[in-house]
Amino acid sequence: MDKEFIETMMLTFELATITTLILLLIGIPIASFLAFSRMRFKSIFETIVSMPLVLPPSVLGFYLLIAFSPVSVIGAFLGEHGINLAFSFEGLVIGSVIFSLPFMVHPIQSALSGIPPSLFEASYTLGKSKLETMTRVVLPSIKHGLISGIVLAFAHTVGEFGVILMIGGNIPGVTRVASIAIYDEVESLNYALAHQYALTLFVVTFTILLIVYTLNKKSIKGSML
Amino acid sequence: MIDIDVRIDLNTSKGPIEARYKLHIKMNEFITLFGKSGAGKTTLLRLIAGLEMPKSGRLVVDDEVWFDSDKKINLPPQKRGVGFVFQDYALFPTMNVEKNILYGCKTGEQKKNLPKLLAITELENLASSYPHQLSGGQKQRVALSRALINEPKILLLDEPLSALDNEMRVKLQQELLTIHKEFNIPALLVSHDVAETIKLSDRVAMIEGGVIRRYDTPVNIFPQVESLFGEIIEIAENKMNILIGSSIISMNIDDKDALFYKTGDKIKLKITNNSKDMCV
Repeated sequence: MDKEFIETMMLTFELATITTLILLLIGIPIASFLAFSRMRFKSIFETIVSMPLVLPPSVLGFYLLIAFSPVSVIGAFLGEHGINLAFSFEGLVIGSVIFSLPFMVHPIQSALSGIPPSLFEASYTLGKSKLETMTRVVLPSIKHGLISGIVLAFAHTVGEFGVILMIGGNIPGVTRVASIAIYDEVESLNYALAHQYALTLFVVTFTILLIVYTLNKKSIKGSML
Repeated sequence: MIDIDVRIDLNTSKGPIEARYKLHIKMNEFITLFGKSGAGKTTLLRLIAGLEMPKSGRLVVDDEVWFDSDKKINLPPQKRGVGFVFQDYALFPTMNVEKNILYGCKTGEQKKNLPKLLAITELENLASSYPHQLSGGQKQRVALSRALINEPKILLLDEPLSALDNEMRVKLQQELLTIHKEFNIPALLVSHDVAETIKLSDRVAMIEGGVIRRYDTPVNIFPQVESLFGEIIEIAENKMNILIGSSIISMNIDDKDALFYKTGDKIKLKITNNSKDMCV
């Protein structure tokens, strides 16, 4: 198989995996804040988290590109420390985390909102800290929300196009992911290779979703028995 | 000894009010907080558990200060050592009965209470079942066992029997009394059922609009209920169940009584100072 094809596919899944792991780490506290906080200005945070759902990817990509550029305050600051995020894999990870944030946060937030407050309170009266309550009671209870978040964030990152094109461009082995490659091959009228990328993405994402939902269904059945 | 003297702002259907709870409980008493819905009964339980913070006042349990607004002491719920049975039972859905009960155990010594509790609450055969597989009565027993396994300083019961049918209710009322005797700790039960209150309580705190209007024995609290009229619905060995209003009271009888009464008899129960042994 073509070396460049393998390299591009590896990069695509590497980006999706790293992005999903980061999102899982930051998604749980953000979702907890949105589900339980009684803060007055919570709606502002909710709006910011949900923005990527409706914002054109090119808008987000454009502002990220501006932010990463050496002439901006952020870009200049990073440049002083030897970090250049524009047209780099790290830049793609940051863009993907922001772009896929609602896909991780919303399912977890919704699962957390469904947990009765008495479950937390029961755990507290039994002497358990907030952290232990979270790890032993809450997270196992929202397993399905977590799985949905992981699958959606992963699949959304694999299929990302606009943001990546704006901040990453099309550098083979660095920022060229499958969705960009498909566009590039179609532009070059190389339909066979475009088809190879497209079909691989189709099969891989279908298989991942199928496995996850089958396992999910089994675990629901198991807990019902 | 438990001394409660706290104030808290409450939002009621009639608007915001300042609730004031002043109560003195002996270490092995069974107290019922009696009053209408929204009177502030559950709030008092939650204040004792540390799930709500009073505006001001003092709460001392067994010489340990749990809350003191002047000294800025507010012990978190984790450190209070209460056993709380919630109205919805609050069982952990991903844990089986045994894991639910053992969840709060910190020492092996506490875990040794498991067989005794499973036996009292007749849960031995359900130890590996999950909450969604249990009936309301079984869930209530798991919640009760979980609350008791750490040998808490006080047992708080938020209407644990309200969602159960009459038969299960009477069985669990009896179990509550047995457990209370066994563990010898103060218990506070939220209820708005007169018969249940009379049957279970040593004393009754009558709460209205966030204030304890009266605090006395059931006989003195319900003087108009000098006697209760009921119908015998079941006579078993040394025991008979009597339907009073929508509640069933179970009481011990001797062989002579067992021969004298029959199912369907209408009877009048006289309430005595020790209402747990009501006489016929």
